[in-house]
Amino acid sequence: MSLKQTPLNAAHRAMGAKMVDFGGWDMPVNYGSQIEEHHQVRNDCGMFDVSHMRVVDVKGAGVRSFLRYLLANNVDKLTQPGKALYSCMLLDNGGVIDDLIVYFMREDWFRIVVNAGTADKDIAWMQQQAAKHAPQLLIADHPELAMIAVQGPNARAKVWDALPGSRELTEHLVPFSAVEMGTMFIARTGYTGEDGFEIMIPAKAAPYFWATLAENGVKPIGLGARDTLRLEAGMNLYGQDMDETINPLEAGLAWTVDLKSERDFIGKAALLANPPAHKLLGLVLLDRGVLRGHQQVHSVHGAGEITSGSFSPTLEKSIALVRVPKEVQIGEQVQVSIRDKMLTAKVVKYPFARNGKAIVSL
Amino acid sequence: MSNPANLKYTASHEWIKTESDGTISIGITQHAQELLGDMVFVESPMVGRKLKAKEECAVVESVKAAADVYAPVSGVVTAVNSELDSTPEAINADPYGAWMFRMKPDHPADVAALMDAKAYQAIVDSEAH
Repeated sequence: MSLKQTPLNAAHRAMGAKMVDFGGWDMPVNYGSQIEEHHQVRNDCGMFDVSHMRVVDVKGAGVRSFLRYLLANNVDKLTQPGKALYSCMLLDNGGVIDDLIVYFMREDWFRIVVNAGTADKDIAWMQQQAAKHAPQLLIADHPELAMIAVQGPNARAKVWDALPGSRELTEHLVPFSAVEMGTMFIARTGYTGEDGFEIMIPAKAAPYFWATLAENGVKPIGLGARDTLRLEAGMNLYGQDMDETINPLEAGLAWTVDLKSERDFIGKAALLANPPAHKLLGLVLLDRGVLRGHQQVHSVHGAGEITSGSFSPTLEKSIALVRVPKEVQIGEQVQVSIRDKMLTAKVVKYPFARNGKAIVSL
Repeated sequence: MSNPANLKYTASHEWIKTESDGTISIGITQHAQELLGDMVFVESPMVGRKLKAKEECAVVESVKAAADVYAPVSGVVTAVNSELDSTPEAINADPYGAWMFRMKPDHPADVAALMDAKAYQAIVDSEAH
């Protein structure tokens, strides 16, 4: 089967990207050095092609009440047009179908951005639920929209330089909100722990915009650095830190689940019936080596498993997210099985780094 | 970067250089470091360890992944390059200078029988398809 390509595929190749198969997409993993790209975003800014992610518009009367039931977070928190909310979409048993961002545009229009690998499954689920509860709604995905994330302390200023008229529209945009600009959609969101924008743009216009950003000094960043940036920022990755077999309360996402309001939502009964036995914490490796997903962790309270691990360019140490018994406390030491050795790691509160700085105390 | 003609190679992407004292230095090839990306950790074998040909004996880890390094021939480990502990990125910068460990081969003829640069390049080329 041939790999899917984004509208920026040729641009990546022209910029010297090393391309890899990323869940069926032909995507840039780096353009030279992943570590340099990581620092580039923490210290200045860089741009990512995230066009493989899918935009889904849900339109019609009663969208809000449908999403109130569909999502684990409560869309009633969204009162201002353009405001965004991070949420999980759950199965009846509480397992996570996907994590997503939902934007409130109008009372008859909410926009949802879902992960690439789960997009088709997500849309099928939404349509199945809408058929039962809100058949009047129109659920339409937009694979013709490309998405470019520009992230870093200088990201917004660079976008303003590259895109005439954008400054006036977005200078006062509060974090986690979005505004339309012609056929573009500019959101002050991201997946790096830095300030910046995620910009949706028609596929045809994407290569020109990408080239304009490059001319304004914005460096391209591969998906390799995107992963270490999000890990340092303590942001979950679907498929690694949670999936359909894990509920959000055991994946460090309790803050995104609204169990306080009276409203019912898919998965709520299962979450209330099954108090979490595990939690997600951070790890910093004290010995030499590199933490990786699926390594087994041994604590005095029982076994756990690393869900995401890598080398942190900001801390210059190996870090991880780990699912452990709920009794494990911050500051404790655990042993990690790496090949034929047991290495010592310290349990920490994450995020590890944000806004250019390490924020974990060792 | 081309693969130096004075070295020998394995299909598992190690290079082998015969030193003047008859020991061999082992590192990973340009192709291997490029596949792995930025190196962040190297684990070397203990000096004195006896190795069989194709035995796993060292590990290189990049930001992206871990990879085993194999003994190209049987022999005894005589030295390790401990500078790589603090500067694993030297493997990216200079793959054919950054040796990982040295061995005294049991049979020097085993080294002579390893692939030359041309045969190794053919393997790299075939992996690209």
